[in-house]
Amino acid sequence: MIPGLVVLAILVVLVLWMVGMYNGLVRLRNQVKNAWSQIDVQLKRRHDLIPNLVETVKGYAGHEKTTLENVVKARSQAVSAQGVEQQARAEGELSAALGRLMVVVEQYPDLKANQNFLALQEELTSTENKIGFSRQSYNDNVMVYNTRVETFPANVMAGMFGFKQEPFFEIENAAERAVPQVKF
Amino acid sequence: MWEAIRANRRRSTLLIGLMGGVLVALGAMVGEVWAPHRGAVPGAGVALIVWLVLVLVAFAGGEQVLLMSAGARKIEKKDAPRLWNVVEEMTIAAALPKMPDVYVVDDATPNAFAVGRTPDRAAVAVTTGLLKRLNRDELQGVVAHEIGHIKNLDIRFMTLAAVMLGAIVLIADVFLRSLWYGGAARRRGSRESGQAQLVLVAIAVAVAVLAPILARLLYFACSRQREYLADASSARFTRYPEGLASALEKIAGGGASRSKPNRALAPLYIVNPAQGMALTGLFSTHPPTAKRIEILRKMAGRAGYADYESAYRAVEGTGTALLDRAVLGEGSVPARAATPEPARKAEAVARVREVTDLLDRAAGMLLVACPCGVRLKVPAELDRHRITCPRCGREHDVPAARPRDDPGGPLTYRRQSSDAWESFRCACGRTQQLSPAFRGDQMTCKGCGREIRIVGPR
Repeated sequence: MIPGLVVLAILVVLVLWMVGMYNGLVRLRNQVKNAWSQIDVQLKRRHDLIPNLVETVKGYAGHEKTTLENVVKARSQAVSAQGVEQQARAEGELSAALGRLMVVVEQYPDLKANQNFLALQEELTSTENKIGFSRQSYNDNVMVYNTRVETFPANVMAGMFGFKQEPFFEIENAAERAVPQVKF
Repeated sequence: MWEAIRANRRRSTLLIGLMGGVLVALGAMVGEVWAPHRGAVPGAGVALIVWLVLVLVAFAGGEQVLLMSAGARKIEKKDAPRLWNVVEEMTIAAALPKMPDVYVVDDATPNAFAVGRTPDRAAVAVTTGLLKRLNRDELQGVVAHEIGHIKNLDIRFMTLAAVMLGAIVLIADVFLRSLWYGGAARRRGSRESGQAQLVLVAIAVAVAVLAPILARLLYFACSRQREYLADASSARFTRYPEGLASALEKIAGGGASRSKPNRALAPLYIVNPAQGMALTGLFSTHPPTAKRIEILRKMAGRAGYADYESAYRAVEGTGTALLDRAVLGEGSVPARAATPEPARKAEAVARVREVTDLLDRAAGMLLVACPCGVRLKVPAELDRHRITCPRCGREHDVPAARPRDDPGGPLTYRRQSSDAWESFRCACGRTQQLSPAFRGDQMTCKGCGREIRIVGPR
């Protein structure tokens, strides 16, 4: 009777412990997913800002046609990009195009003093920062999650229920690495 | 990194538990003295009830009361877009479930604090002085520090600990007073157990005197530790420790608040607003700002918790800032580069230009602005009526006062604009300077004493 109870108690504790571990894994995976969606939100925000920015710049620097066209083109490519890899490349190109536009803008003191442009500039800086920070937060979450999935004893549980390691949001080249700090 | 929060929570629970123990012991002691042999349990119960009531009151409207007493007003994005954006950025970096409300306090002293019970019901408040003086990176550092307090659940625990401290002080105070005024009556009633009772009273008095001091020490110790942790979180979130370091420098240099510092709020501020007053080391809620800056600067291009910890060791020589090995396991994290501040350079150029213009005017130079951006400086001795811009080749008349209608009439000068300095020559060759503040219609040449009429916009 007594040994039976002890075995039962151990089983109950074991099951509870496993449930807790499983829930912990689910929670971490959801955090990773949530962080990824944050990146999406911020990229979308940047897409929305660009038409406004282009219009404002046009008013002062209309003859910088190629630079402006490149930004518009890069934006539409980024909007229609499918899949993580393609999107990462398109966003990288958009960042580079925006960077070039901002270098051009440097030569128009009137534009740089324009209130509307200043507000847009702050929005763009902030959006670039937010993209950087959401990427940072995503990678932090992925690191915690991957460590958990890899290490004993959670790795047994992860193997049983198909928790796979998530990829880091790596930055492919040096040009894109400089994204969060667009130079104005 | 979330291990840091868990460690902080454990530690806070321990501290709160310790303070709770002090509170219950005090209550039991007081009960025992008031009603020998049966008062201990009710006494402890009453002490806990007092504490619970205070906690409920604090949680029901604590943060609103704190914000109101600081004179903070809630803002929208359009009121301070940069502050709003920075709070949003740090919300993302810290992965808070919801962006905290943003408040502004009308105070020229730069400072900031955060209040709230849970990460999804929190608020960040900064003073107008802070907004005015800090650049984007510095503001980000400060907001990240406050978000760090929210993320680490510091605010809730500080509230709990503060309320517990208040309850202990209150009970000890009531007890000592009752002993003082009602002691004689009780001594008569308990004559049979005189000796033992006297010893008990002596112990109770000692506890009642020591408990508030002990509780206060615990409170301040945990408060200081939190500042280090929030600094480390700020570096971790922004990846830029220098931002917070230079912000702390500006805040510390901003002087003590002119308005009377609120003592209940003091531990919440990023830098203690009452720091001008003499606070002994043991009883100060904040570590010395100079030390915090030194640690942040010692991080040398790194931004992780482990980097903060080793910087702390380098400054302090020993000890630990974060108290948790789990946090330090994540390794070193590189810091990012500074955000360029273009406006500042342009401002500096404008200021230098303004000063050199003033000096040139004082030296009698005549200044002519060319549309290409060059400012031509014409010395008084140069006796020419037309000059050529060396950059774009445009020709300019040297501005001069001339007789307008007939050759013998009074000298007249037509102003070009009403809001800029202008210089022109009198017929005698002397350079005249017109300030933008000049509103008259006539001036006297300092060289020949002739009256010159001024026409045009003003």
